Amino acid sequence: MKFLRHNGAFVALVVVCIVGVARYESFLTVENLSNILRQNSMLGVVALGMTFVILGGGIDLSVGALVAVAGVAAAMLAPHNALLGVLGGILVASLLGVINGLLITKARIQPFITTLAMLIAARAAALAVTHEQSVNISGDGLGWLGRGIAPVVLLLILYAGGWTVLRHTRFGRYVYAVGNDEDVARLMGLRTDRIVIGTYALSGGLAGVAGVMLAARLGAGLPVAATGWELDAIASVVVGGTLLTGGEGGVWRTLVGVLLLGVIFNLFNLDGTISPWWQWVLRGSFLLVVVVVQSHIRPATLPS
Amino acid sequence: MNLRRVALSREYAALAVLVVLVLLNSLFTPHFATVSNLWNILLQLAPVLIVALGMTFVIATGGVDLSVGSVMAIGAAIAAVLMERGVVIAVGAALVGAALIGVLNGSMIASLRVQPIVVTLATLIGGRGLAQIISNNGELMTVSNAAFLEIGRGSFAAVPVPVLLALVATALAMFALRAMTIGRYVLAAGGNARAARLSGVPVRRTLVTVYAASAFLAAVAGLIMAARLGASDAAKIGQNMELDAIAAVVVGGTALSGGRATVAGTVVGALLMQVIATSLNMLLVPYAWSLAIKAVIILVAVFLQRPARA
Repeated sequence: MKFLRHNGAFVALVVVCIVGVARYESFLTVENLSNILRQNSMLGVVALGMTFVILGGGIDLSVGALVAVAGVAAAMLAPHNALLGVLGGILVASLLGVINGLLITKARIQPFITTLAMLIAARAAALAVTHEQSVNISGDGLGWLGRGIAPVVLLLILYAGGWTVLRHTRFGRYVYAVGNDEDVARLMGLRTDRIVIGTYALSGGLAGVAGVMLAARLGAGLPVAATGWELDAIASVVVGGTLLTGGEGGVWRTLVGVLLLGVIFNLFNLDGTISPWWQWVLRGSFLLVVVVVQSHIRPATLPS
Repeated sequence: MNLRRVALSREYAALAVLVVLVLLNSLFTPHFATVSNLWNILLQLAPVLIVALGMTFVIATGGVDLSVGSVMAIGAAIAAVLMERGVVIAVGAALVGAALIGVLNGSMIASLRVQPIVVTLATLIGGRGLAQIISNNGELMTVSNAAFLEIGRGSFAAVPVPVLLALVATALAMFALRAMTIGRYVLAAGGNARAARLSGVPVRRTLVTVYAASAFLAAVAGLIMAARLGASDAAKIGQNMELDAIAAVVVGGTALSGGRATVAGTVVGALLMQVIATSLNMLLVPYAWSLAIKAVIILVAVFLQRPARA
């Protein structure tokens, strides 16, 4: 039971993979598996940042819009210099993440409202700057970032980095402390505001990385890119087993959550008989089932 | 008494901003202060306000309902599919079907103790798919039943039907919050669920009722949209409505933390957002910039109404 409690999503992933191997010949091929990883690499990077925010007791609805802003910024800067494009995209999204954190901690506006407003404003900025057109990246300085093995390697490096930060740095420990009980953390002498701002900056920065990867892959920065990704990222984090109430969870669980949802989506595609609309219904139902199961195998950690 | 005065002045703050905006617009925006434009604002406002009323109760219980947009699409799809059996059956089935989604939301939240944001996120995702499946797998279903189209286009004693529906819904919501037991229960459950339960408030039943009401109202809004369009578009109807409704509620002064609610505030909040959207549109401000201004207004309104630090 204890194993299930902490590895429920992993067990589900194994089960789903076994189903895939048994039913579809083309599932267990290098091409298909690397496809799953590549297609989910950008969402995975976004979900990594979301994990930090949720562990710290917050929520970030703005990530999808930040992906778009970073992609547009990267596409506009890339003609000058590819590296400038990459760094510029990530920096802009990080700054917007810092603004989220400042509004939440200093102006004391709830995370839900702050990041909702940022979602609207950042999307608006992306649309305004581009006059609602996609920005093509001339030349091929960035293309490698979105193709082949690069996105997958980047994903794994970032998750390893995220794990190291959470488990082996003071900041990581403090994120758990703030997520468990912010008042207690403050009374213990932690600078909770800085830690919270840090989580939103990280979430923004990682959304920026995903935005640059997406722009590189598409060969263009799209102001309407990544619409609704905030919901997919939250779903991945929750399915992985990180509690929305904060203070409990981790980054590998999120990766398992991302892969679980990704493999299920892949099986739908391999099957080919399930209409996209039914896929949505199944995704929604699956999210509900997982969360209900989780709330029942660990009742003690949920608020009554 | 003092607290009450502060609360009242906050409520009036949003109203004051609204009055100032209307006055400024009347002076400086050409054609703003015309009868046809005012009706136009009210017509645009009606569906958002109807959804926001349900959202006010949900937020007062300390929850949130992200599924309203999808439920609007489901309501419109059910009505469109069943229209050949008569408008009464079609509309009735749409409202009942939507309310059942709300019951599902409420039961999961109340009995299984899953967070509202996750449950309604799941029904947002699944509900949009369901709306497409009901629409014969993603067809745009045109509706030509004259009686049904009246819901979106008709008028009664010079008042457009959508505005009339919004007025009725507002009056009912005010009555429910102030004069009915459910209103007390909602505030009690949102203020402190455990204390409410211990003092005999049927918290579970209250939550199920509130989410069912939210879905029911969303379906009404969905029917208005479908009747106005003359079609049920399962991909488009109600998209991002959850954000607009939540914005109207919090701008109006209902706290996201629960335990407090103001129906009048929600009306003011929804009006404020609509007046801004309409006037920016009339002043030919690009869509993207009007979105950005909307975001700033949400933040400022919430900032002004935040509780003092404990």
